[in-house]
Amino acid sequence: MTVPRTPPGTAAFCLALLRRQLTLAARRPIEIGNPLLFFAMVVALFPLGLGPAPDQLAGFAPGILWIIALLSSLLTSDTVFRSDFEDGSLEQLLLAPQPLFMSVLAYICAHWLVTGLLLALVSPLFALMIKLPAAAIGALVASLLLGTAVLSLVGGIGAALTVGLKRGGMLISLLILPFYMPVLIFGSAAVQNATLGIPAAPYLAVLGALLCLAIALAPLAIAAGLRISVDA
Amino acid sequence: MYFDSVEAALSMAGHGGYVWSAYAISLLVVALILLAPRRRQRKLLRRLAGEQKRRQQGHTAMEEGI
Amino acid sequence: MWSFFHKLGSPPWLYRIAGTILRWLLPITLVALCVGMTWGLLYTAPDFRQGNSYRIIYIHVPAAVVALAGYYVMALAGAVSLIWKMKMADVAMKACAPIGAALTFIALVTGAIWGKPTWGTWWVWDARITSMLILLFLYLGVVALYEAYDNKEAAGKACAVLSLVGMVNIPIIYKSVDWWYSLHQPASIKFTGDSTIDPSMLYPLLLMIAAFYAVFTCCLLMNMRAEILEREARTNWVKKLALEYRT
Repeated sequence: MTVPRTPPGTAAFCLALLRRQLTLAARRPIEIGNPLLFFAMVVALFPLGLGPAPDQLAGFAPGILWIIALLSSLLTSDTVFRSDFEDGSLEQLLLAPQPLFMSVLAYICAHWLVTGLLLALVSPLFALMIKLPAAAIGALVASLLLGTAVLSLVGGIGAALTVGLKRGGMLISLLILPFYMPVLIFGSAAVQNATLGIPAAPYLAVLGALLCLAIALAPLAIAAGLRISVDA
Repeated sequence: MYFDSVEAALSMAGHGGYVWSAYAISLLVVALILLAPRRRQRKLLRRLAGEQKRRQQGHTAMEEGI
Repeated sequence: MWSFFHKLGSPPWLYRIAGTILRWLLPITLVALCVGMTWGLLYTAPDFRQGNSYRIIYIHVPAAVVALAGYYVMALAGAVSLIWKMKMADVAMKACAPIGAALTFIALVTGAIWGKPTWGTWWVWDARITSMLILLFLYLGVVALYEAYDNKEAAGKACAVLSLVGMVNIPIIYKSVDWWYSLHQPASIKFTGDSTIDPSMLYPLLLMIAAFYAVFTCCLLMNMRAEILEREARTNWVKKLALEYRT
């Protein structure tokens, strides 16, 4: 067996990390399914709580779908760094020569692929169940694709800051829910506009801008948070 | 003074309850945040002084060979 | 210049200088607060549309302004403590959070009380109230995160990161909430342009804003003094202070 003399480049390293995270996720298909199941169950709660009248449900549908997507992203973000922190591989990552900014981005990307992307892909099914007009489904999927990526990045900040804490579960929601609010506002506004027949593109553009900002800044905060959590 | 009498100032043409209660609550909160650090500091200093006194008594007791 | 920074990093010096400042600032603050409140309550004419209920503006607006500014003070102190590892900046950051939360609370409560006679309900989901509510959540998040850590040094750093994230996010949150609810009277005080508020109402308002800034500063210094004593409880100068306090 030959030992490589030079460490792998940043891109190769990040791809390897991404593959590792995805493999780990694929080994536990139940955990991938959990957020989707949560999504389905909460969707079922709304007709039970609000009554089954189709018009009423249709009026609330954009907000309902977005809030549920937000909550299921929130509930999974706690686990992004947890197991790696517990088995010590996070410390190895901090010591690695590759920039932490990029490797953190790989973690977040993996998280988004197994939660946000899947949520966006299955959302049309739930949208039909909850009587969202068919015209708005395109806007729903597009806004969820962009928005859940922002949610994953912002959720990563909370996860990094609380990963060292024994009782971090509730705390993470208190920390990051305020930062979710702009995404919720623009995401549900995009879907709402689409149901009314108004172009949703401006709101999608704002979501895209938020995503760019989050990609540029959130990994810095996540990296700082991980260093603090590991040192503590 | 804008108001003619104390009653007029208290009632403020029907809005007195709102205005005075808003001012009272705000004053209360401001007083609380101004007094809280002072209380914390006094408590700490008193505790430290007590600790030191006990320690000194312990020392003198040891010197006297008790 | 540099010696000044070195002194800023010295707990006993900061403790003493904060005490000296407080001896002057605290009475001035209380006088300004009393004068401003009396002026606003009794010596200004009522608003022609809202009547006397508008007098709540003299605490609502200053509390909101200072609560928002306080978050920036907290985030900047956090940045200083992260970048230059200044312990005293960490102390300042920690001292900001409860004061800011209290001021935000004042702004919210007075806003609700003001809303009842003006809009007919205690709570309206309008842009500014919602933004203040989110600001309260941000402050409480910092407090909760600090309390959750057992290692207080790490707690300070984590809170510094969180408040910096908050500082970047506050303009976004405010703009998005504004977008969400764009039906609200525009900001009526501008220091540069024409002001739509009458001077007789403006001066007491400015006085109250200054007074609330002074309240914030006083609380900040007092909290910092208490925190410094707590952290330095094992040092000789604090022990001496405690003995002097006893006698």
